[in-house]
Amino acid sequence: MLSNKHILGMDDLSADDIARILETAESFAEVNTRRIKKLPTLRGLTVVNLFLEPSTRTRTSFEIAAKRLSADAINFSASASATVKGESLRDTAATLAAMSCDLVVVRHKYAGAPRMLAEMMDCSVVNGGDGIHEHPTQALLDLYTMKRALGRLEGLRVGIVGDISHSRVAGSLVPALRKVGATPVVIAPPTLLPSRPDVLGAEVAWDLDEQLASLDVAYMLRVQMERADGMPFPSLREYARFYGMNAARLAKMKPEAIVMHPGPMNRGVEISADVADGDRSLVLTQVESGVAVRMAVMYLLLGGADSGVAA
Amino acid sequence: MALLLRGGRVVDPSVGLDEVCDVLIRDGLVVEVGVGLTMPKGEEVDCTGMVVMPGLVDAHTHLREPGREDEETVASGTRAAAAGGFTAVCAMPNTEPVADEGAAVRFLLEKAETEGAVRVHVIGAITAKQEGRALAEIGDMASEGAVAFSDDGHGVADAGTMRLAMDYIKRFGVPVVSHCEDTALAGRGVVNEGVVSTRLGLPGWPAAAEEVQVARDIRLAQLTGCPLHLAHLSTAGSVALVRDAKSRGLGVTCEVTPHHLFLDEDDITAAYDTNMKMNPPLRTAEDTAGLLAGLLDGTVDCIATDHAPHAAHEKALEFELAPFGTTGLETALALVATHVVAAGTADWPQVAQWMAHGPRAALGLPEVRIEPGAVADITIVDPAQEWVVEPGGFVSKSRNSAFLGRTLTGRARDVLIGGYFALRSGKVVV
Repeated sequence: MLSNKHILGMDDLSADDIARILETAESFAEVNTRRIKKLPTLRGLTVVNLFLEPSTRTRTSFEIAAKRLSADAINFSASASATVKGESLRDTAATLAAMSCDLVVVRHKYAGAPRMLAEMMDCSVVNGGDGIHEHPTQALLDLYTMKRALGRLEGLRVGIVGDISHSRVAGSLVPALRKVGATPVVIAPPTLLPSRPDVLGAEVAWDLDEQLASLDVAYMLRVQMERADGMPFPSLREYARFYGMNAARLAKMKPEAIVMHPGPMNRGVEISADVADGDRSLVLTQVESGVAVRMAVMYLLLGGADSGVAA
Repeated sequence: MALLLRGGRVVDPSVGLDEVCDVLIRDGLVVEVGVGLTMPKGEEVDCTGMVVMPGLVDAHTHLREPGREDEETVASGTRAAAAGGFTAVCAMPNTEPVADEGAAVRFLLEKAETEGAVRVHVIGAITAKQEGRALAEIGDMASEGAVAFSDDGHGVADAGTMRLAMDYIKRFGVPVVSHCEDTALAGRGVVNEGVVSTRLGLPGWPAAAEEVQVARDIRLAQLTGCPLHLAHLSTAGSVALVRDAKSRGLGVTCEVTPHHLFLDEDDITAAYDTNMKMNPPLRTAEDTAGLLAGLLDGTVDCIATDHAPHAAHEKALEFELAPFGTTGLETALALVATHVVAAGTADWPQVAQWMAHGPRAALGLPEVRIEPGAVADITIVDPAQEWVVEPGGFVSKSRNSAFLGRTLTGRARDVLIGGYFALRSGKVVV
């Protein structure tokens, strides 16, 4: 069990909760290496993936996690849903509540939407990314990946590089790192920082090169090239020159330091192809960890203390 | 018929009045103010313990008619105004369609005549359809009785258009009411840019988006000589700009709202309460202190509600999608009574200045005084009444108040308009 019924943001999780999730994920990761990967744990329970914003990676990860635990996973996505016909989120929530599901994972374009759902539904709600606010399961799988690679979380210095102001990944990763005793450093040009980065609780830096030697992890954020309100830097080339991870920059980092990216990557922009595919990159490990961590989250939220066999 | 208001604390700073005395009203006019008044026949109203003051005016009201009668109408909005202690409201033109021609002004004034519970003054649009391009039919509207012009709801983006409008409007002797919002800076912002936008992952709206247009419009007032009234100022920086303009003798006035005075961005929490979503957004505690200081030193001329009723199903949307605004007519006076008077920061003569005389002077409306010969537009306040702001307690058609659940001290008991009750013992009687 976790201390809250929902995971809407990192505030809902204590340090103990995080430790329990990472520990539980470890045993599921082992299951994921077997030929038969399915457990009966959540048999008879219904998990709805309510994805009201296009997403393939995160939705698939949640769907696989639910199915490996034998839950009935239903995908309710924007293109197929009533929301395109103008149904409000509250009506959607009421409709889902009437169908009595057990867990809803919600991805939504606007901040705060998961909380609206949680207020209206009896079941647990997991935030699968809301606007530019939070994406807590991404932060959890990132912690899991770092811990597996570096053996610890406490004391790590993690540079999060790129579009901090529009990143729900950073929105959850910064508080997550603080909860486990690591030091987040957000590294970006001022145009990609929120107006008050100090309230995030991260160190702030404009110059990536000055930070490289001190970092244990370089976490590269995706540059959003489809922005409507104009690019906040002159060109992708200039961005790559100042903030892109490449072999030369990697060489300036500690020998054991790792490179991460939440995907999908813009190769040659925030990360060069050779680094992305190199042995210091944990990009695919992150994806792999995502399934185990999301299995752990579902298992613990849905009363996983009974080990599932009674179901 | 005659009416004798007996034994209230009669407050009117415009005639230097603040004493416990009686007010005699006959045929819609104040005929005598003094102690121990008598009348041959008529009705006596006990005002012991009450504050009797000139009728309050709201300089900034959205009545939503025509177009959104599901949210408010002239009838319901003016009843809400009476319930809140107002004897008059100034209706903003951002209706559907926009009030941008004389017929729209006439429509509202006729509606108010037949269905209104309080007086209604009409503010017309500056530009056609409030699109910020061609001038609206300003002279046509002025001829029908428009008291001011505003594109409220939007800033006039183009400085040249604003200059043209102010040059044109000055010949009609009425002010431009400026909604200061530089849309290029405000962007998609829905909350103050700073701590709250960062914490909640919501697009931020910097104070500078207001202040650059405040500064611009003050310069344009200087250039054109057109009187300028600045709507709903939300930042300490805006107040400082107005203070400077007034010190240079410019014809600039301004208003602040109760929500910008008594709420700040920290009231927007992880609950994402859309009733806290305002245009301009709630600012910092330093800003609210700056607004209050501006009121106390006379930089800020008046308190206006920006009463913005919204349908419940629209306020129930995601924070970024929900409409901006809070209702205000029924809570404004009580909030000032609670947070300023009961708190000991100011006294009733100042409230009369901010809510009765200030808005009339800013918009050039007829003066109302408590002296013989004056029209008997009077608000009688019970300064001790405690009440809770509850969704079921509103006269307005809408319930989107940012102050739901608050316990307030002080409430309008009676409202007299031309000597007739619009509100009596807390009940709207028109």
